[in-house]
Amino acid sequence: MTRLRTEPNIPGGDGFYQELLELHQGRSKEESEALNARLILLLANHIGDREVLREAMQAAARTDR
Amino acid sequence: MRVFETPLYPYERSPDQDASTPARHPVVVVGAGPVGLAAAIDLARRDIPVVLLDDNDRVSHGSRAICFAKRALEIFDRLGCGDGIVDHGVTWSRGKVFFRDRRIYDFDLLAEEGHRRPAFINLQQYRLEELLVSRLRDLRSDGRPVELRGGSRVTRVEPGAGSVLLTVETRDGPYRLEAEWLVACDGAGSTVRRELGLDFAGRVFEDNFLIADVTMKADFPTERWFWFDPPFNRGQSALLHRQPEGVWRIDLQLGPGIDREEEQRPEKVVPRLRQMLGEDVEFELEWISVYTFQCARIERFRHGRVLFAGDAAHQVSPFGARGANSGLQDVDNLVWKLERVLRGRSPDSLLDSYDAERVPAADENILNSTRSTDFITPKSDASRLFRDAVLDLAETQPMARPLVNSGRLSLPHVYVDSPLHSADRSDLPARTRPGSPAVDAPIDDGWLLGRLGDRFQLLALGIDVPGEEPGLEVISLPAGQHPLLDERYLGEAPGALYLLRPDQHVAARFTGYDPDRIAAAFRRASGQETDAS
Repeated sequence: MTRLRTEPNIPGGDGFYQELLELHQGRSKEESEALNARLILLLANHIGDREVLREAMQAAARTDR
Repeated sequence: MRVFETPLYPYERSPDQDASTPARHPVVVVGAGPVGLAAAIDLARRDIPVVLLDDNDRVSHGSRAICFAKRALEIFDRLGCGDGIVDHGVTWSRGKVFFRDRRIYDFDLLAEEGHRRPAFINLQQYRLEELLVSRLRDLRSDGRPVELRGGSRVTRVEPGAGSVLLTVETRDGPYRLEAEWLVACDGAGSTVRRELGLDFAGRVFEDNFLIADVTMKADFPTERWFWFDPPFNRGQSALLHRQPEGVWRIDLQLGPGIDREEEQRPEKVVPRLRQMLGEDVEFELEWISVYTFQCARIERFRHGRVLFAGDAAHQVSPFGARGANSGLQDVDNLVWKLERVLRGRSPDSLLDSYDAERVPAADENILNSTRSTDFITPKSDASRLFRDAVLDLAETQPMARPLVNSGRLSLPHVYVDSPLHSADRSDLPARTRPGSPAVDAPIDDGWLLGRLGDRFQLLALGIDVPGEEPGLEVISLPAGQHPLLDERYLGEAPGALYLLRPDQHVAARFTGYDPDRIAAAFRRASGQETDAS
């Protein structure tokens, strides 16, 4: 049974998306990559559930969309 | 003259060299490093005649293994030399982590209370070997059947059905020996392994480390300092560790394909050390050496009458101090089994459980040390990206610090799938489940592990054992009087019975007294019955 929430869950999704892009504005590709890595680690720690994290990794790696 | 330059067990001619047919010995151990010495000590204590052969005549040169974890110290206690070793060692708990040119955080490893021994000590391998040789000598003076033959190099190994034939080279020429059982503790470059044509399988990576021992001329904190990608060793790592006698050990990772001679030149080393320690720290360079490692093991540790232990069987990276520590656990596991087989108390199939238990232990160590190596020297762009992200975050975010991996402390392996253990139907605490080493706890007059011997025994906590248990020593302790003992062995239960092996690992446990189940668990744990559960 899947435990990763895949239905919409972020209030004001457009606003979140804009903040995410603004975060990367003016940064080089390398800086953006490093920032994303830090962001993933912070979010993963917040989730703190190995099964959910594993499902998220699998979902992100899917190429058959 | 330093201890490792002094011959400790010089070659002496043995009567075996003049025998017309090869002298037969119950056990021959090859290699007098920490693992071989521990094996010989354990055998001698059990009155099993043992000959320990080493091609050298002195302790290992310079500092090799340095960190000995609690489980190893508990094994030394069982071998009767824990106090001397702990007294010589230094304990530490604080450290600093550096990333590039910044100090990113400090830590203090707070050890769990209620254990006789600390989580680990630092001690030079040559000092440990010296203490073990002295223990071996004491046993010999007490009339125990042990012989340490220096200057005796094994050159040929011919396994047979009933024994193993060895050819031993000495300065008086070669002679032959017959061993009922051969324990190969002859290290990473094992001759015995080569003679049997066994290859290491697994992930092999070549890396070079420069080790320098320095004496500080002024006070310097007793801490472990670890650098990731420091300015004085770009793209690599560095480690500063405290040793006894005012000596600090420095490990500089050099990477693959280096010029060993060039890297060891003081003109090259000293400026680097200045950058590490600070310009105003005065130090004296004791000695320098370069070594390499790989993470690999042989497929099986038992080959008929030849048993491999320590680096001869498996090798790991130095991160996490898993080499010597795991080798000592190998012999802890092996020797009581050899004793039972030699005395005819168990079939020789009991020795297959050495393989079944220690191979997964080696895999666990290889996994941990490989993970540390991957963190310390990332092998891909993505790996480096995340490694750097962890270190960047660690400076301000405590969440990232557990992910910083400069070596995970060696913990004893739990023999979860052992053929010797009985199914656990209890809800007693997980940390003392079958397969675990007995966890120490304070009891009124000392420590639990001090009360446990090294025979099969039944630890009865708050449960009355009416009669004698055949083949088992019964140790009865009350429940409700030792809070940490209760917490570690009982949890919520009012009482429990623990069947402990001679290596103090838990083989079975029960919450009520049932002599048939205890007898069945004992037969299983001693390899007299391996099919039933």
